[in-house]
Amino acid sequence: MTTLVPTTAQRPHPNSFVRDVATITGRNLRRLARVPTLLAFATVQPVMLVILFNYAFGGAIHPPGVARYIDFLLPGLFVVTIGFGSSQTGVAMADDLVNGMIDRFRSLPTTSSAVVVGRMAADAVRNLFVILLMIGVAAAIGFRFHAGTAPAIAAVILAVGTGLAFSALDSWLGLVVAEPEAAGLAGLFPFILLMFTSSILVPISTMPGWLQAFAKVNPVTVFADALRALCLGGPTGVPVFQACAWILALVLLGVAGTALRFRHVGER
Amino acid sequence: MDDQPAIWAEGLTKRFGHVRALDGVDLELATGRLLGLLGPNGAGKTTAVRILTTLLRPDAGHARVAGFDLRKERDLVRRHVGLSGQFAAVDSYLSGRENLVMVGRLTGMTRRAAHARADELLGRFGLGEVAGRQARTYSGGMRRRLDLAASVVGAPPVLFLDEPTTGLDPHGRLELWAQLEELTGQGTSVLLTTQYLEEADRLAHDIVVIDRGSVIAEGTPEQLKRQLGGDRLELRTTPGPQAQQLANVLASLGSGPPMLDAAAGRLVLPVSDDPSLLPRLVALMADAGLSVSDLSLRRLTLDDVFLALTGRPTTPDRSRDRGVQSDDFAVSPTTKGAR
Repeated sequence: MTTLVPTTAQRPHPNSFVRDVATITGRNLRRLARVPTLLAFATVQPVMLVILFNYAFGGAIHPPGVARYIDFLLPGLFVVTIGFGSSQTGVAMADDLVNGMIDRFRSLPTTSSAVVVGRMAADAVRNLFVILLMIGVAAAIGFRFHAGTAPAIAAVILAVGTGLAFSALDSWLGLVVAEPEAAGLAGLFPFILLMFTSSILVPISTMPGWLQAFAKVNPVTVFADALRALCLGGPTGVPVFQACAWILALVLLGVAGTALRFRHVGER
Repeated sequence: MDDQPAIWAEGLTKRFGHVRALDGVDLELATGRLLGLLGPNGAGKTTAVRILTTLLRPDAGHARVAGFDLRKERDLVRRHVGLSGQFAAVDSYLSGRENLVMVGRLTGMTRRAAHARADELLGRFGLGEVAGRQARTYSGGMRRRLDLAASVVGAPPVLFLDEPTTGLDPHGRLELWAQLEELTGQGTSVLLTTQYLEEADRLAHDIVVIDRGSVIAEGTPEQLKRQLGGDRLELRTTPGPQAQQLANVLASLGSGPPMLDAAAGRLVLPVSDDPSLLPRLVALMADAGLSVSDLSLRRLTLDDVFLALTGRPTTPDRSRDRGVQSDDFAVSPTTKGAR
């Protein structure tokens, strides 16, 4: 008969943060490949967005200094798909909460920030895949990098970094909202607002003055402009620095908020 | 921790807003024993479990679990307890084996040790054949067993089970009981919450009855049953004076005072196990010219325990407290239940 009481050989070792993160990341990646909605958000949606936005708006919008709308559009669409996709992170967190998985994690001697960091790491893998997929589809309909290979690689890295900020914030939101459907909407609405008041779809110069003022400080504009500079050419130093500063600040905020909330789940 | 109790708690108090979920609860569980925490919905059972497993912080009170201080040594407590909540906390999109390996890794095991432990437990809990299937294809009973397996991955000396048989069919319940008996037989100390007196009676060495956040009775199952009288004779008749008359006539049969709900025409009488009971009952009723519309002789239930201990049944409270009390919702999951 097998024994259920502890023996020295089975006595657990102290937990390592890296291993905890790796375990949670592995779990989330498995879910990503198996949960149909998550798979759709990572495959069908980005392809759809590239094609729809390009052919619906491409005829009407001619941003200055860009030969094809797709060249202007794609860097912005990186941010859109990442923003939309990250709403699923909030859903997943809320889902874990109501299904008792968060309790399961909290009752184990696991480091409390490993759950959110593992979430971000899995999202980063998803986002890398999504971005490469979008580049492939966009290239087929005319997109080209104009600034060379190194900036192109930097653009991919920056886009994934942007995703970290969204994941951290949406994780926090998911725990606070604590209801999967509501968490999805709570993640999407603010992002849709920020998306339309940013430089993602159209140049800011075409907006009314009061909206321009907001659009210029909108972090989504900062991300889109930095990505655009890396893809299309032009000065990259300031926009990329600004984008990195935003990412750092938002990641810290999101991770701290999630970890704090994680510790007080169930309290008023 | 050989001489220390597995659980020792004193004055545990927890409020949620205006609701006192726990109001100064003392508990003690000796090593290797099974303590049944018995109470209706909203009594504070889940809150007690969540506090003792470090998921909630108490507002007041002290506790040592597996020999470690609940406030000062949270990590060590976590390392020595297992928790199986009211709802099976398994990842539906992972296979049974993947679920257990994940928990093993998060408990601090090496990959190899986690796999070995997972396979051992899958076999032990009768999940070997479905180990590779995603948990969402499992039946309710299989999910429960997987959840229980997950809670013992780290071989915790103290195990908490919050209404583990809720939602199980009678067969699943018996199976789980057998597994729990085996666990305690191997020296694991278990705290189990339940709404079923039968379950506590069958499994527990000691029973603590709680109501509205306070302990209202404790003892071994034998002591409790002796205190409350063994079986229950329940009769229904025309509401009003006739019910009162019936209570007076039959009072001599009871091993304790009859409990009469005259308005409903319902009389409950504690009786001891006595073969001459029914003949005497029939004779008494015939002599007095009384009739009843329904009669049953049954085992003690949680409702009887509550009626005897508090003078009120569990049911009306249950509906009134739902949505206000912190615990034990029928449908919403644990984390929401504790908000």
